[in-house]
Amino acid sequence: MPRTAIIPIGPYHPLQEEPEFFKLHVEGETVVGLDIELGYNHRGIEKLSESKTFEQTVFLVERICGICSTSHPIACVQAIEDAGNIAVPERALYIRSLIGELERLHSHLLWLGLAGHFLGFNTVWMWVWRYREDLLDIMELLTGNRNHYAMMKPGGVRRDIRREDIPAVRKMLDGLKGPLALFRDAVAEDPVIHARLKDVGVLTRQEVIDYCALGPTARASGVAIDVRRDHPHAAYGLVEWDVCVEHNGDVFDKAVVRIREMFESVRIVAQCLDRLEVVGGPIDSNPKEIPPGEGIGHYEAPRGEVFHYVRSDGGNRPARHKVRAPSYMNVPTDRAAVLGGSVSDATIVLAAVDPCYCCTERMAALDASTGRRLMGAKELLRLSWEKTERLKRELGAEGPKLDLARTE
Amino acid sequence: MSFAVRALTRSLNVFHLGGSACNNCDIEILDALTPRYDVERFGLTLVGSVRHADLILLSGVFNTKAAIRARRIYEQAPKPVVVVAIGACACTGDIFRKSYNWDGPVDRYIPVDAYVAGCPPKPEAMLEAVVTLVKKLRGA
Amino acid sequence: MTRDDILARIKAELGDRVVDFHAKSDRRYYVEVGPDDVPGATRLIFEELGARFQIATGIDTPRAIEILYHWAFDRFGFVLTLRTKLDREKPEVDSVAGICTGTEWIEREMWELLGVKFRGHPDMRHLLLRDDWPAGKFPLRRDYVRADHA
Repeated sequence: MPRTAIIPIGPYHPLQEEPEFFKLHVEGETVVGLDIELGYNHRGIEKLSESKTFEQTVFLVERICGICSTSHPIACVQAIEDAGNIAVPERALYIRSLIGELERLHSHLLWLGLAGHFLGFNTVWMWVWRYREDLLDIMELLTGNRNHYAMMKPGGVRRDIRREDIPAVRKMLDGLKGPLALFRDAVAEDPVIHARLKDVGVLTRQEVIDYCALGPTARASGVAIDVRRDHPHAAYGLVEWDVCVEHNGDVFDKAVVRIREMFESVRIVAQCLDRLEVVGGPIDSNPKEIPPGEGIGHYEAPRGEVFHYVRSDGGNRPARHKVRAPSYMNVPTDRAAVLGGSVSDATIVLAAVDPCYCCTERMAALDASTGRRLMGAKELLRLSWEKTERLKRELGAEGPKLDLARTE
Repeated sequence: MSFAVRALTRSLNVFHLGGSACNNCDIEILDALTPRYDVERFGLTLVGSVRHADLILLSGVFNTKAAIRARRIYEQAPKPVVVVAIGACACTGDIFRKSYNWDGPVDRYIPVDAYVAGCPPKPEAMLEAVVTLVKKLRGA
Repeated sequence: MTRDDILARIKAELGDRVVDFHAKSDRRYYVEVGPDDVPGATRLIFEELGARFQIATGIDTPRAIEILYHWAFDRFGFVLTLRTKLDREKPEVDSVAGICTGTEWIEREMWELLGVKFRGHPDMRHLLLRDDWPAGKFPLRRDYVRADHA
């Protein structure tokens, strides 16, 4: 019988920004099992929320996650609005979608950069994050902060979009189209990326349904769910856009879904800007109190559906506030996706769901004294990079073609 | 200026230790490496092991589970080492102060040399903290 | 199948096991059943009607511990919440992790934060709190006080 070795990844992985702890069980080069340990990021937000007023709650949920820092507030205010039957002015709906889609763009760009880094294409990382900076500048212009925008409140939004800022957003969007096409072509055409990502970490349609996976993870496996379309909210029922679905469920398709979604986000943002130039009126319906009752709000964050449940007892604080982030459903699918794969593919497969542990409210820690043969994250990355190098030699490719003329 | 201080402050090897963060500070730290800010041109580089660290960046609140590990990792760092708390959570606990899974700011576990406020602080602010610290260590 | 067909089928199949049914709006429905009927209702909603499990919420109220299973019917644009009320003194309910894999983590979470026992759960360990968290201290209970153990 072959001996099973355990490779701990994490919790203080040098390249993931957050601590999380995966135990990979391997036989030789093949992954035969995965154990996920959480809890390093648990901050007790649901309990804390009960001590805040409804308006303060929005600031708290914003700090669940820095990358989805407008998705949680949107879902939260929708839950409060559902509980209190509060109407939202039309202009506020467009502003919500606008901020939400700009956030999706920066989040997907972030993932693409990190995925490039995990595969050994550090150039991709640097390029992608350089374009992400332009987006963050726009967020700072519109909301006053590069992250944590503090735009949402029950009944509307906190800040209006000024007419004189709209041209700057359009200019940024136009500037983004070239790089986006470049990244799309790099993924679609590069033989090394094909060799690294095709048929790697496959998640079948049935596994998606069993694990109740969400967002791009589900859509890459042919499960066409998107809260923005299925449960219309904000301005998503008022603008034109498409749900991006692929069918193989491998890491390649997850990348393709995210890249295609960025083009859709650009479309939605452009339409929201058009409408914001025409639709005037208030941005806030100023609800005075939340009557007793319960409400559910959900929003399609970059990683999948964010879910909030709020119960009010008629006071100014929630009696119960339940939060569920998409990674909570997506991370367990890693168990299905890495099995039978090779160790050198593990890092990219685990990264493919775009895990977000601060959302999942948990992380993990490395105990270096178990006496087992340890293989650190560094070695795993080295394995991954070596595989890319080997494939490059075998395939005679030189990596993604960064054609300067096309982007400038 | 002693040999140790001169060696420490020349080309800083940075180790990033994230607590129970919301991730924003962590991403802004990585952001400082990318072309807009490009801190590597000043000789700063991120390292994967705390054994190589001259500078430890702490981010996020540290809950009861993470704080113990953070302390253990700090003890493994070669001394002298400089510690900077990045962001409001690492400095004070911020909005999570009343949590049942939190037991005091991170400087209760690890001695902190500089605090960078903000939610999240901009990369420029982090750079300024490092520059100020280095100047102070060198006695300039 | 339409939304009304689905709701009619749930009402018909669960019959007099439905303790309460109300529509908060045309996108939010709440169905209450007794604790023993949860696995049967889950089978109906997940396996036969093809809903997507969103999450479960555990709430400590003065009279009972409520468990709310939220199910999304994406093709029909509504959310159905299956509610059950457990005895505060001895909160126990059958695990549905064997029916829907996606419920595994949340049952572990409700066990450690709220002290609900899920009978027949395949892997009941701490999920979020540290392993040496004192037994019997459940942060989401109303009578929980933050003490020195935290």
